[in-house]
This record gives sequence, structure tokens and C-alpha cells, in this order.
Amino acid sequence: MIEKRKSWMSLLATSNQSDLLNLWEQKKIKVNYVWLRTPEIGSIMAQGRMGVTGDKFNIGEVTITRCSLKLNCGTIGHSYVQGRSKKKAEISALCDALMQTKMSKEINKNIIIPLEKIKKDNKDKILSKAEATKVDFFTLVRGESD
Amino acid sequence: MYVAVKGGEVAIDNAHSWMSEIRRGDTSIPNISLDQISEQLTLGVDRVMSEGSLYDKDLAALAIKQSRGDLIEAIFLLRAYRTTLTRFSYSKPVNTANMTCLRRISATFKDIPGGQKLGPTFDYTHRLLDFKLLAENEVPISPTKKYNDNKMPHVLSFLNQEDLMQDEKDNNLDPIDITREPISYPTSRSARLQALSRGDEGFLLGLAYSTQRGYARNHAFVGELRIGIVDIELYIPELGFEINVAEIILTECETVNQFQGSKIEPPQFTRGYGLVFGQTERKALAMALIDRALRWKELGEDYSGAPAQDEEFVISHCDNIQATGFLEHIKLPHYVDFQSELELIRKIRADAKVNMKR
Repeated sequence: MIEKRKSWMSLLATSNQSDLLNLWEQKKIKVNYVWLRTPEIGSIMAQGRMGVTGDKFNIGEVTITRCSLKLNCGTIGHSYVQGRSKKKAEISALCDALMQTKMSKEINKNIIIPLEKIKKDNKDKILSKAEATKVDFFTLVRGESD
Repeated sequence: MYVAVKGGEVAIDNAHSWMSEIRRGDTSIPNISLDQISEQLTLGVDRVMSEGSLYDKDLAALAIKQSRGDLIEAIFLLRAYRTTLTRFSYSKPVNTANMTCLRRISATFKDIPGGQKLGPTFDYTHRLLDFKLLAENEVPISPTKKYNDNKMPHVLSFLNQEDLMQDEKDNNLDPIDITREPISYPTSRSARLQALSRGDEGFLLGLAYSTQRGYARNHAFVGELRIGIVDIELYIPELGFEINVAEIILTECETVNQFQGSKIEPPQFTRGYGLVFGQTERKALAMALIDRALRWKELGEDYSGAPAQDEEFVISHCDNIQATGFLEHIKLPHYVDFQSELELIRKIRADAKVNMKR
């Protein structure tokens, strides 16, 4: 369950705001909830490692929006999403909550799976374009060697 | 000393109003949209995010528009906004080995697992103006090729295996955060890397160039340069596990430098490291060269007095917001200061004239 939840929360967090909004609005899902924490814009500090494997250091910050809510049935949804869209944070938290309820099949089919496909297509595009720029350098033997 | 002046409000308002009008330019030309900036001036946006030290494309595009394309002014705006944000937490260190690479090259080995991929680069172009771009609505489409989704291990890890490359060990030290505590000298490599990662590209470029020309001799090879998308993982306390909260583009550069060895260590290659937000390879490369030059003490090398070896000089001057703030403030009214200078020089001259007559 935790692995699955990690996966959908990650997907929602990194999805394109307009993709998520479009998918959500298409389904016209009506759901009642109360805020536990209204959407809040902030940042996190991204860290790297010196020389890939060494000690940590701070690179810079990334904007993040978070919120928490509770459905009428009592299920709690959280979101931490990239960017400054309160709407994206709200829909993500709703999806997170609904994915833990009987609605999970519907949300999975109409929102999670389409977002996964968009993400996979984007990655495919980058990797296949990069592959087309793969180069085979060869060194020439210099004339003076014999 | 700066003494406040009063007045000039109307003039200031009118000056700003004229600036806004000029920013809009000729109104018969369409207004530039933020989408246009973030999609078509991507490298400018990346520079503003990296030196503004805040990864947010929309805000960087807005800052570029607001600053009329003055990138240092745009960086200033982003830095100022950054200070208003609540800091939720620190991410887990990014795993650049899992990067979805747009570009990945090595100047030290030609055959590397995963291959050399040039990506969207200006390298090997002829630097001739392309008049085809004058024609509007051109939609270039680049080729694709079927790929094997195999791993791209870091090139320098192969040298590690033979112990030819100094290992970068994780000693579990907590990094300094220069946005939370002021830097004091001597400082740590973690503080230096953070300062360099958001440092001014032009300043770092000039300093890195100086090391190549012989000021702090450290002949560098580009072991690897990679640009791509990485996940930012964050521990969520209310859930008790980590999720990916963001995907960002990073440029990473590892240089290979000779190390003569010391009394306790045999000769070995060492590394300079650059890691920067966005597609910013000139900056990442410069950062790696300077990181290596600044490591002289730790590696027991000689201090040759070169600027790039002097951490206080490098770190306290690489921040373009600090630099421009102090530089540009001298444009503001200093009438009282100057008045005292004026009176002083008059008095000295009068005394000198009396003495000369004697």
C-alpha cells in the first residue's frame, strides 16, 4: 500500500498542472471535504552530493505547495506538489484521499493512468531524441608514428 | 556613511511609470507572454533560476519580463521573492546516476557505457547567424531513434575501481546552509559549492579561465558532463515516507585533475565538481574548475597566491546580488558624505597653499 501511495503521490506532485486540471475537470467528480491545512506555498532546499558520492551540500530551493484535507467519510489526503498552484495541490490531495476509498478504481483509470502515460511519453521522447544524437568518436592515427 | 534624503517622490513615480511604458515597447508589436519566455528563452530562464537559487520557471520568466531582459535584475527579483517563502524542509540528496539525460558526454573516454549523447547543444555549430530564424512559424522536428533503457553510470566511477581517482566519501557531515548562517572563513566545501552553484556565471567563467591560463595550475579534463531530469525526493513527516515532490533539470560536471601526491598519498587523479540548476553547462564547468582550485589546502598543494585559490576572495565576490547591491548603491544620493569630503579637501588645499607660500 505504501509503495502504491508513494507512486501516485509522486506522480501527482510532478505532473503538469494543466494536465492534472484537465483530467480532473473532465470527470466532474463531486466530493465533499474539509481542510485540515489549506494550500500553502513554500520551498524545499534541494541537496546534492560532492563529486556524486561524497558529502551533502545545498544546491538551491524549489517551490512547493502543500495541503491536507479530510473527506466526509473520514479519509485524509495529503499533497506536496511542485510549483505554486494551490488548485494543483488541492486536486492532488483529493486524488490522494480518493485513491484510499472505493473510488480508487475510477481515479486510477481516469487520472493516474493517463498521467503515467503522459510522463512515460515525455521520457520516451527525451531518450529517443538523445539516442539520435549518440556519437561514435574515433581517434585518427597520426602520420608521424612511423 | 549613508544619510537619508527626502523628497523626489513625484519624480520617482514618473520615472517608474516611464520605465514601465518603455518596457512594453512599441504597442503595435504583440506583448511577450511568460510562456514565450519560458519556452523560447529557456537558457536565460535557467540562468535566472540557478543564480536566483529558486527553481520555478514561471517566476523566472516573470522576472525576466519585469526586468526587461536584464538577467541580474531578474535574479535579484527572484532572490527577493525566495526570502518570502516558508522553507518546508530539505530534500534527500539527488541521485544524478538516475538522471534522464538529454546530454551526456565525456572528453576523457570515447567508449562509455550508455554512450556519448550530444543532446541539444551549440557545440559544433559554426556560430554563423541563422537568417532562417527571421522567417516566422518555422517548426523544426528533430529525429528520434530507438533506445535501450540501460543505465548510465558515471564515467569517473571506472577510474575509482582502479583507485586512480580519489574517492569522494560520504562522511555524513551536515552541510552548511549559506541562506541560514553567514559564511565565516575558512569555510567548508559544502558552503563553497552552494555559493558557487548560485554564483555569477560571468565571474566564475573569468576565474575558471584564469586557472587554465596558469593562475593556480590545475589542468582539467572534462571527465563527464551530463544534463537531464532528476527527481527531488522529500521525506513527508505526516506520512512517514518519502515521495518525489519535484522533477528538475540539473547540469552536472566532473573534471579530472592531476594530483602530484603528497607525503602520505601516492599520485592520483582528483575531481572538481559542478552541479547547477537548469541547462547551464558553461557555469557547471566553471564551477568544477574553481571547486578544484579551492581544494588546494585539503589536498596539501602549494598556495600560489592565485585569485582562484583564495576562498575568501572567490566566495565573497561571486554573488552577483551582493556585488550589484553594493556597486549600484553608490549611484544613490551621497550628498552629505560628499559634502564632508569636499570640505576636507578644501581645508587641506588651503593649508597646503599656505605651506607652499612659506
